Amino acid sequence: MFSLYARRRLINAMNLTISMLAMAFGLFWLAWILWTLLRQGLGGLDLQMFTQMTPPPGSQGGLLNAIAGSFMMTSVATLIGTPIGILAGVYMAEFGQKSWLASATRFVNDILLSAPSIVIGLFIYEVYVVNVHHFSGWAGSLALSLIVIPVVVRTTENMLKLVPNSLREAAAALGAPHWKIIMLVTLRASRAGIITGLLLAVARISGETAPLLFTALNNQFWSSNMNAPMANLPVVIFQFAMSPYDDWHKLAWAGALLITFGVLALNIIARVMFRQKGARG
Amino acid sequence: MIDTLVLRGSFPVAELAKQTPRQNMSKTISDATLKRQHLSDRLFRGTTRMFAFIVFALLVGIIISLLLGAWPALKAFGIKFFFAAEWNPVTDEFGALVPIFGTLATSAIALLIGVPVSFGIALFLTELSPKWLRRPLGIAVELLAGIPSIIYGMWGLFVFAPAFQEHIQPWLIDHLSEVPMLGFLFEGAPMGIGILTAGIILAIMVIPFIASVMRDVFEIVPPLLKESAYGLGATTWEVVRHVVLPYTKIGVVGGIMLGLGRALGETMAITFVIGNAHQFSTSLMMPGNSIASALANEFNEATSDLHVASLIELGLILFIITFIVLALSKLLLLQLAKREGKQT
Amino acid sequence: MTNYALPIQDAAPDVRSAPTEKLAVRNLNFHYGKFHALKDINLSIPGNRVTAFIGPSGCGKSTLLRTFNRMYELYPHQKADGEIVLDGENILDARQDLNRLRAKVGMVFQKPTPFPMSIFDNIAFGVRLYERLSTHEMNDRVEWALKKAALWNEVKDKLKQSGNSLSGGQQQRLCIARAIAVKPEVVLLDEPASALDPISTAHIEELIHELKEDYTIVIVTHNMQQAARVSDCTAYMYLGELIEFGNTDTIFTTPKQKATEDYITGKFG
Repeated sequence: MFSLYARRRLINAMNLTISMLAMAFGLFWLAWILWTLLRQGLGGLDLQMFTQMTPPPGSQGGLLNAIAGSFMMTSVATLIGTPIGILAGVYMAEFGQKSWLASATRFVNDILLSAPSIVIGLFIYEVYVVNVHHFSGWAGSLALSLIVIPVVVRTTENMLKLVPNSLREAAAALGAPHWKIIMLVTLRASRAGIITGLLLAVARISGETAPLLFTALNNQFWSSNMNAPMANLPVVIFQFAMSPYDDWHKLAWAGALLITFGVLALNIIARVMFRQKGARG
Repeated sequence: MIDTLVLRGSFPVAELAKQTPRQNMSKTISDATLKRQHLSDRLFRGTTRMFAFIVFALLVGIIISLLLGAWPALKAFGIKFFFAAEWNPVTDEFGALVPIFGTLATSAIALLIGVPVSFGIALFLTELSPKWLRRPLGIAVELLAGIPSIIYGMWGLFVFAPAFQEHIQPWLIDHLSEVPMLGFLFEGAPMGIGILTAGIILAIMVIPFIASVMRDVFEIVPPLLKESAYGLGATTWEVVRHVVLPYTKIGVVGGIMLGLGRALGETMAITFVIGNAHQFSTSLMMPGNSIASALANEFNEATSDLHVASLIELGLILFIITFIVLALSKLLLLQLAKREGKQT
Repeated sequence: MTNYALPIQDAAPDVRSAPTEKLAVRNLNFHYGKFHALKDINLSIPGNRVTAFIGPSGCGKSTLLRTFNRMYELYPHQKADGEIVLDGENILDARQDLNRLRAKVGMVFQKPTPFPMSIFDNIAFGVRLYERLSTHEMNDRVEWALKKAALWNEVKDKLKQSGNSLSGGQQQRLCIARAIAVKPEVVLLDEPASALDPISTAHIEELIHELKEDYTIVIVTHNMQQAARVSDCTAYMYLGELIEFGNTDTIFTTPKQKATEDYITGKFG
């Protein structure tokens, strides 16, 4: 009897230890990657990086055009994707609910949420780049917006579903038309959650490389023309890291550090913000 | 204007209303206002419906555009495309065997490593960790998912692959290449990059996805169910093994499929470390190629129409594989949600 | 055809002496899908009085209340047949405009439902729907409604703060102020004090007493003492049927039906 009990305890202890090791295993990679980034990237992180253009191999330079291009495309993608995502989410949560369109869209949206981003790039290449015959910032933004949309749709729908029906009834009881109930009351009530989702979406697209390869391409020079190929951090990092030149490597690490900590900061801000709002509401 | 607000004459209140001077604050609603309201309501509803439809149509659009783009290759190679290992832009001979194998092999390695680790992490987060540590640890795991994939690629190429080549690969080759049945997987020279390296990095990338789904489904197990098992004297492990896992197995499988969907489509991290060689090898130590990295590397340089079409067909294949995997995962998770709904 | 506007402030004394019918319910039946929730209800609700619906939970009292502004229409598979006549007009008529009806029949719910906006905007929300007021007029209106709801003194210095920052009792009074700010004719109260502490409940009851000067009030409550305290008429419902309806005094002292008596004396329910 005792031996059986001891055996069970041993198995328990063993498995729990393994579980702890798994946790440590996960954290180990996070720490290793972040440490590598700091070690390799901090050296290149200087003022020059923010003031100069991407250099040809062997000369000095910065990442200004890439940072600006990333910023522009991310902003445009967010501006395109947010209204589409919110309105589609509103339909699914407030109007469609169990209609075939809402169910089908919900299903498709979940697929799009995890669809390979490189295929999204391929799609925009096929329907846009091929037809206008050149790569451009617009194409890049479009591809990124297709990644924003499903995130926003999903959070909008989920957050609207959390709004208690009593709030809708209260607004309806005053004689408010449906669209005002949604725009002024329910969407407002779920604002914090939707903004959180949006921040996470922005965090995700600011690091996306694959959908930009065949859409925005890259640009060695300063360009604010959205209709021309556009430099962007992820593709520059890719190109520089894959090159044999040391100065390019150094810049790539600095860019990687910048992008990672930016993205992680966005992630943390989003979560902390939602938590505070959630606790109060 | 407000003829519908008429009160029946027989009531004394109506008389009274006549006597009382009307106050300017009294409310009157014009029919025009109401009409406008109904129109905006319909317009608003129609607009949201249209955007929902756009999202739905996106998927259809993606499939159609890829089909059209891949058409020349579909016509030229037919079913042979799947089984040919040849990938030669010079002779315009293209077969998808190597990238398909690379995609499947790296994803399989990722799951082999990622699933047990994710399970351990989810177990730790739901059952073992002290309450105050749960949230920070949960966020840390999710941050792992937040790191852009290109960073994984760079780190993999410059940091992980050399370390792997120097310390681990020689040992694997020495000890495992002699093992009967499995030895062929570990033959070759330690090169650092290759299918195994790509699989390990993929594993690190999918761990946060699988772990967070597992954690979420573990958390829906009714506390009463767990408590009654503990009440019988079960150990933590036994509760997890015999109560939590059976209760959540559908969700767990759904989470694994979700991770698999991610792994299949991952591009940048793999492109850095897989080696990008269109040669077929059964050894995991050798460089290979995956669908996504073939696309990332070659698409902009492809000149012949057939090359472009073949790459697009690769994309189509990738999309369809992930579609099936994700659809299955979604169905499984839905089933769990349904069961959950019935029981509470 | 007379243009009629409800006198807001000074009409009450005369009306009080002669109760008139404000809402007439005729042969009302209500279904939730296949469930027959209200069975042939006939009822006449007097103007400028407080009418209470009592009965055990599930008896249909809230359902009845929610037919008066057709709140049930927000949900599928809910259907009312029969007639509810408000000021000579059948509000169940398909041609009836719901928004207009609801602007005329206000409602306050069981749990406070402040909108996610400032206290001022909470009140102004409903007013802005159908009236174009100058800033000055709007300020007056908000102040008037908050005073009516006995909340003005507590919030006059923080009108810009979120409605969620108030206490539960204050939130409920905010909701009452919001409902009366649009100057409805009928105010429906669906267990307005059930989520509140005794002090806040007393506040609300006082308020109801004052509001009947200007409005026709219908209140659903599971608290019989409350019904006895605040109402002029009481309807006792059971299993979707109206068992007894009459003066509150009569219902609570000499009910005609045995079932009513049992419920009121606590033998059942």
